[in-house]
Amino acid sequence: MNFFNKMKDKLTGKSTAMNEKFKDGLTKTRKTFAERMNQLVKRYRKVDEDFFDELEEILIESDVGMNTVMDLVDRLKDESRARNIKDTDKLKDVIVEVLAEFLTKDNEETKLNMNPNGLTVILVVGVNGAGKTTTVGKLAGRLKNEGKHVLLAAADTFRAGAIEQLQVWGDRTGIDVIKHQEGSDPASVVYDAMQAAKSRKVDVLICDTAGRLQNKVNLMKELEKIKRVISRECPGAPHEVLLVLDATTGQNALSQAKLFRQASEVTGIALTKLDGTAKGGIVLAIRNEMDIPVKLVGLGEQLNDLQTFDADAFLYGLFSELFQNENEDTEDQ
Amino acid sequence: MAFESLSDRLQATMKKIRGRGKVSENDVKQMMREIRLALLEADVNFKVVKAFIKKVQERAVGQEVMKSLTPGQQIIKVVQEELTELMGGEQTKLNFSLKPPTVLLFVGLQGAGKTTSAAKLANHIRKNNNKKPLMIAADIYRPAAIKQLQTLGAQLSIPVFSLGDQVNPVDIVRQGMDQARADHNDLVIIDTAGRLHIDEGLMNELDQIKEVSHPDEVFLVVDAMTGQDAVNVARAFNDRLDLTGVIMTKLDGDTRGGAALSIRSVTGKPIKFVGMGEKMDALEPFHPDRMASRILGMGDVLSLIEKAQATIDEEKARDMQQKLLSVSFTFDDFLEQIGQVRNMGPLEDLLAMMPGANKFKGMKNMQIDEKKIDQTEAIIRSMTSHEKTEPEIINASRKKRIALGSGTSVADVNRLLKQFKDMKKMMKQFMGKAKGKKRNPFNLPFM
Ligand SMILES: Nc1nc2c(ncn2[C@@H]2O[C@H](COP(=O)(O)OP(=O)(O)OP(=O)(O)O)[C@@H](O)[C@H]2O)c(=O)[nH]1
Ligand SMILES: Nc1nc2c(ncn2[C@@H]2O[C@H](COP(=O)(O)OP(=O)(O)OP(=O)(O)O)[C@@H](O)[C@H]2O)c(=O)[nH]1
Ligand SMILES: [Mg+2]
Ligand SMILES: [Mg+2]
Repeated sequence: MNFFNKMKDKLTGKSTAMNEKFKDGLTKTRKTFAERMNQLVKRYRKVDEDFFDELEEILIESDVGMNTVMDLVDRLKDESRARNIKDTDKLKDVIVEVLAEFLTKDNEETKLNMNPNGLTVILVVGVNGAGKTTTVGKLAGRLKNEGKHVLLAAADTFRAGAIEQLQVWGDRTGIDVIKHQEGSDPASVVYDAMQAAKSRKVDVLICDTAGRLQNKVNLMKELEKIKRVISRECPGAPHEVLLVLDATTGQNALSQAKLFRQASEVTGIALTKLDGTAKGGIVLAIRNEMDIPVKLVGLGEQLNDLQTFDADAFLYGLFSELFQNENEDTEDQ
Repeated sequence: MAFESLSDRLQATMKKIRGRGKVSENDVKQMMREIRLALLEADVNFKVVKAFIKKVQERAVGQEVMKSLTPGQQIIKVVQEELTELMGGEQTKLNFSLKPPTVLLFVGLQGAGKTTSAAKLANHIRKNNNKKPLMIAADIYRPAAIKQLQTLGAQLSIPVFSLGDQVNPVDIVRQGMDQARADHNDLVIIDTAGRLHIDEGLMNELDQIKEVSHPDEVFLVVDAMTGQDAVNVARAFNDRLDLTGVIMTKLDGDTRGGAALSIRSVTGKPIKFVGMGEKMDALEPFHPDRMASRILGMGDVLSLIEKAQATIDEEKARDMQQKLLSVSFTFDDFLEQIGQVRNMGPLEDLLAMMPGANKFKGMKNMQIDEKKIDQTEAIIRSMTSHEKTEPEIINASRKKRIALGSGTSVADVNRLLKQFKDMKKMMKQFMGKAKGKKRNPFNLPFM
C-alpha cells in the first residue's frame, strides 16, 4: 500500500552496494532536498497555498525548471484534493509518488540499446566540457568487463589534447583507439573506425565526438554527417546516441536535448557530475518535456564512477531520510 | 522552452493597463511576477531573484513607474538599471604586480573552461600589455590535461612549464615560479585541475598553490550554462580563496546566462572576461549592460552592432545604403554585401546574438544556411557583368548557362532572381514609407 514500503520491497531485491554508491554520490543532494522536504512538512501542518509555494521554491532551486514545477505542483494539488489530503505529512507520500511517476514515465527502458547479433555502435554527443570523453572511457571499461570486445573512435579532432585524452582511457582499459591527426575530418575517423570494427568483429564501437554548442549550425551539421557515415556503413547503427549532460546545467539543458535530438536522434542521456552539489532536478524536466530517457549517471572522474540510471535508486538516494523517518514513525506506533 | 523575453512577458499586463490608463498596485504585482519568471527561466538563483524583485518593487511602487505614461517601458528600464548596477561597473582592468611576475591563478569546476581560458588570457595579455608569459601545467589528474595546455602553448608560442603528472601540483607551481623568475617571465598563468567545491582535499591543494604563488588574480572560471547551483560553487570558492574575479565561458551559446547575476551577487566579485568560443581569440571584456539585456532575453544587440561596425567599412556601408535607397542596387552590390557579412564571422554566431533570433515566430526557421549563401554567391559569380547590372535580360538560355556554371539548377537561379526582384520592390515600398528615417544598413536581404 504505502509507497515507501513498495519502494523498499522493490529495492531489497537489488544490490545494496549500488544503492550505497548512488547514495554516496548523491549525499549532498539527498541531504538538502530531503531535509528541506522534512522541514517543509514540519513547518506547515496544513496543505495550503503557502505550502505549495514553498514546495515550488524547493523544486525551482533544484533546477527542475518552471514548466515542470508548475506541472508537478498542479498534479499535487489535484491529488491532494482528490484524495482529500489536508495533512502535509500525508502529502509527503504523494509527493514522492508523483516524482517517481515523472521519472519512470511509461516505464521507459533505461538499458542501453544493444544489437543482439553483430556490431553495436554508440555515438556520444554533447556540449563542450560536459563529460563525453570521460563517459566514453568509463562505459568502454564497463562493457569490456562484461566480456564485450570494444573499440573506440577518437572523432574529436578539434580540441587540443582530445585524442590523447581518449588514448589515456584506451590505455587504462586496454582498448584500441582508432584515431587520425588533430584537425582531420571527424567523419573520416568514424568511417575508418567502422571499417576496423567490422573487420575485427568487435561487439561495441563507441565514438567520442567534439564538444559543440547546440546553436552552432555548422557543427550540428558535422554531427549529422558523422551519424550518416555510421548508418551507411552499418544499417541500423548507431544503436545508441548518448547525449551527455552536465548536472550543474540549468535550463539550457532543455535546449541541448531538443537541438541535439534534432541533429542526431538522441536515444538516451548520460547525466554527469551528479557527485557535486547540483541537485540534478533537470532530470525531472527532461523526463517531463522530452521523451528521452536518462540511461547513465556519472558520479565522479574515475573508471568506476558510472552507473546505470535507476529511478528507484535515484529517488531512494534523494529521499532516504524520509524513509528513515517513516521507519521511526512506524516503530513509535 | 521557447523563453519569452521580458518585454514580451510584460506586454499582456500592459494591454490591460492601457485600457485603464493607470497602474494599480495589483498591476505592479503582476509585473513583478513576470519579471520573476523571466529571471528564473534565465537561471538566476532563486534567492537572488527574490532579493532583486524586492528592490525593483520598491522603486516601482515609489511612483517612478506608477506615474509614468509608459509603465511597461519604464519598468523594463528600472529592471535593466538595477541589473546593470548589481552586475557592477565595467571592470576588465587586471591587477598587475608591481614586482614581476604577475601571477594569475585559474580555478573552477570540471570542464568549466579553465585551460582554454588560461591560454586565451595569456595570449590576450601578451598582445595588449606586452608581457612575456609562462604557463604552468598544474593539473596532474585529468587525462592529457598537460598535453592540452602544451598544444595550446605551442599554437600560441607561449612556453609551458610541466613536471609531468607524477609530481605534486604544489611542487610544480613552486618550481614553475622559480623557472619564471629565472627566465624573466613577467606573467605567470597557472592552470589547475577541475574540482568540486566540496572536495576538501583538492580545495586544500588550491590553498597551498595560492600560498606558494601569491597570485595577483584568482579567477573562478564558470560555465555560462550553470543553473541554480552557481551560488554554492561561487560562494565556496570565494570563501576559500578570496577570488579577485570571474571568467564566464561558453557565452557563444544560446543560454541566458543568469548565473552571472547569481555569482556576482553572492561574491561581489567582478566578471572580468567572457569566453565567446573555442578559438584562442574568442575572449572578450565583460559588459554588465549587455549581460543584463541578455538575461532579460533582449539579445546582445550591442555586441552585434559593435561587431558589424568593426568589420563593415563605414563608408561602404553608407554607400550601400544609398544604393539600396536609390534602387540602383545590383547583383554586384549583393555580392559585396555577402562578403561583408562573411567578414563578421560565422553567421550562426551573429544570429545567436540577435534579440530573440530563435524565439520569434517567422524567425524560427530562418536559421541562416551558409550553404545557401555559398550557392547564392556561386550563382551571382556565374553571371556576366551585364547580367549583374541588368538582370532583366536573363532569359531561359542564360539561366541554363548560369545554373551550369554555378553547379546549381535553373530552379535555384529562378529563386534567386525572384528574391532579388522582391527585395528591390520591398526597398521601393520601404523608401516610400520611411523617407528620411535612419535605417540600419545591415538590414540584409537574406536575414
Ligand atoms: N566530478 C565529476 N567530474 C566529471 C564527471 N564526468 C566528467 N568529469 C570531468 O569533467 C571534465 C570534462 O570531461 P570530459 O570528458 O573531458 O568532457 P568532454 O565533454 O569530453 O569535453 P570536450 O571534449 O572538451 O567537449 C574532466 O575534468 C572530467 O574528469 C563526473 O561524473 N563527475
Ligand atoms: N563554445 C565555447 N567552448 C568553450 C569556451 N571555453 C572553453 N570551451 C570548451 O569547453 C571545453 C572544456 O574546456 P577546458 O578548457 O578543457 O575546461 P577545463 O575547465 O580546463 O576542464 P578540466 O581541466 O577538465 O576541469 C573544451 O571543449 C573547450 O574548447 C567558450 O567560451 N565557448
Ligand atoms: Mg571530449
Ligand atoms: Mg583543464
